[in-house]
Amino acid sequence: MSRVAPETLRPLRVRAPAPARKLWNGLVIALCTLCAALILLPLALIVGHLLARGLAGLTLGFFVHLPTPVGEPGGGMANAIVGTFILAGLASLMAVPVGVGAGVWLAEYGRGRLGGLVRYTADVMSGVPSIVVGVAAYGLVVVPMGRFSALAGSVALALLMLPTIIRSTEEVVRLVPRSYREAALALGAPQWRVIQQVVVPAASGGIVTASLLALARAAGETAPLLFTALGNRFWSLRIDQPMASLPVYIFDYAKAPYEDWNRQAWTGALVLLIMVSLVSGLLRLTTRRLPRR
Amino acid sequence: MSTALTAGAAASPMRPATARRRLSRLADQVHQRALGATALLVFLAVGLIVFEVVRGSAPALGTLGWRFLIGTEWDPVADHYGALPYLFGTLVSSALAMVMAVPLGVGTAVYLAELAPPRVGAVVAFVVELLASIPSIVYGIWGLFVLAPFLRSLVEPWLIAHLGFLPLFQGFPFGIGMLNAGIVLAVMVVPTIVSLAREILLAMPGSLREAALALGATRAEGLGVLLDAARPGILGAAILALGRALGETMAVTMVIGNTNRISASLLAPGSTMASVIANEFTEATGQLYLSALTEIALVLFALTVVINALARLLVLWTTGGRRDVAGSA
Repeated sequence: MSRVAPETLRPLRVRAPAPARKLWNGLVIALCTLCAALILLPLALIVGHLLARGLAGLTLGFFVHLPTPVGEPGGGMANAIVGTFILAGLASLMAVPVGVGAGVWLAEYGRGRLGGLVRYTADVMSGVPSIVVGVAAYGLVVVPMGRFSALAGSVALALLMLPTIIRSTEEVVRLVPRSYREAALALGAPQWRVIQQVVVPAASGGIVTASLLALARAAGETAPLLFTALGNRFWSLRIDQPMASLPVYIFDYAKAPYEDWNRQAWTGALVLLIMVSLVSGLLRLTTRRLPRR
Repeated sequence: MSTALTAGAAASPMRPATARRRLSRLADQVHQRALGATALLVFLAVGLIVFEVVRGSAPALGTLGWRFLIGTEWDPVADHYGALPYLFGTLVSSALAMVMAVPLGVGTAVYLAELAPPRVGAVVAFVVELLASIPSIVYGIWGLFVLAPFLRSLVEPWLIAHLGFLPLFQGFPFGIGMLNAGIVLAVMVVPTIVSLAREILLAMPGSLREAALALGATRAEGLGVLLDAARPGILGAAILALGRALGETMAVTMVIGNTNRISASLLAPGSTMASVIANEFTEATGQLYLSALTEIALVLFALTVVINALARLLVLWTTGGRRDVAGSA
């Protein structure tokens, strides 16, 4: 057992770091702060330009009128706005039940190897480019039906929504306190009633939020609709016919060589941003507990 | 845990197993199977995507073979299809985006995880989330009508005048092209890097930072230790962002110029795999043409799946399989 003689102990002196290290420290902190400040720039620029160029066209007519031919002033994107709602709604009808079911299963029973595999597959699926999903939906629905249709577009959107809904549902179901389950089980409820009548209702707010977020994201997608729902310059509510959607309209109008159409594209983009980003922003603000995506 | 509890309840000696309890156990099994079946639909969904893309590209795979990937000629009229310019465009625009997005994203993540005062951090994190929620088409319209004129009139002439001796910056200032696509892509994938890298940094044990600080390290040196430990995960976040950039379609289609040339210059217009599909798929007449475009989708799919699978493994590995982190991007 060795003991240090008291005289060898020097009083502890706290030295300031050498100037070079201090400089490096300041530099690193400044650079990181600068990065964070730089991130704010694109959002401000994009929102600013959208407002500057799109706000003028944001009239009631934009929401209630059909598109007009080139050169004819006025006209709106009423059919595209309704179309976007129909496409996204149909997609949710397909994706939400499956996604919520799979998410609940992952949270409640997905501890084994199969659960891990499902989770990993969903994660990898969420990275599949939307244009590839569009090509798949083309082969899956458009080719057998023999024409472009709203149904094909919503199948593509549903495939895109599915992984998001699964993973978010799993996270929110996991957040339900264990004591809820234990209390229900202690009262003699069988497992399925515990899940169906205690756990899922407790998580329902989060599940709805997760589904709406996925819906908002899908509503902004353009690529998978280009050759599935195609587009339509007229009113059409039939799901077996081509259907207009806001993103595809914006794309077509932005590419067009007509000033007036470009202006309308800006207005359309502003409306889309308000629909999509505002919804998801508000949802995020009101529900802190949802996992970030 | 809950399964174990039920098993215990079912074996409880308090009451003999009655018909009702047997029924209840059956209901449990049916319920579990039904939920499990929906989970298995994920495999069906992925399987359908793979099946359709492979089936669609079968004619091109059979006719064109490997020449498809190395050919540079894309002539639908003569039925010649070479996808190399598109592969090149995808890789170059994504690489350019990563060069900008990775330092910016990691710096922001470090700021959010370690340096930011809570309130400022919350605002920045919210902005990053908003940035992630902006639809691709909105980025595209901004890149086309705002960024392109800005690049054309200010940035690109300057680059040509001062760095024009490099092949990277030669040519004519078009405004649209690889540079524009790279910038737009960088802005689009930065949120992925920030949110995932931040989660990974927060998941690192606090003892790392404390030990470094206790040894007299400055804050920056402590960050260095933390970043060292988080490196594979941050690499995973960057690769995940790369996967997003490779498959991004609409914004790139609008700002890249859509020519199928291979040029060393970043100012030159080009095309990516995603943009050529978006541009030509509806107009593709002829079975081989459509099939060639589908084969591009197949290549893109394979590329992104491999990249994603790799990134997820890296993230899982770094965070020790914490589900919440792996699922956050």
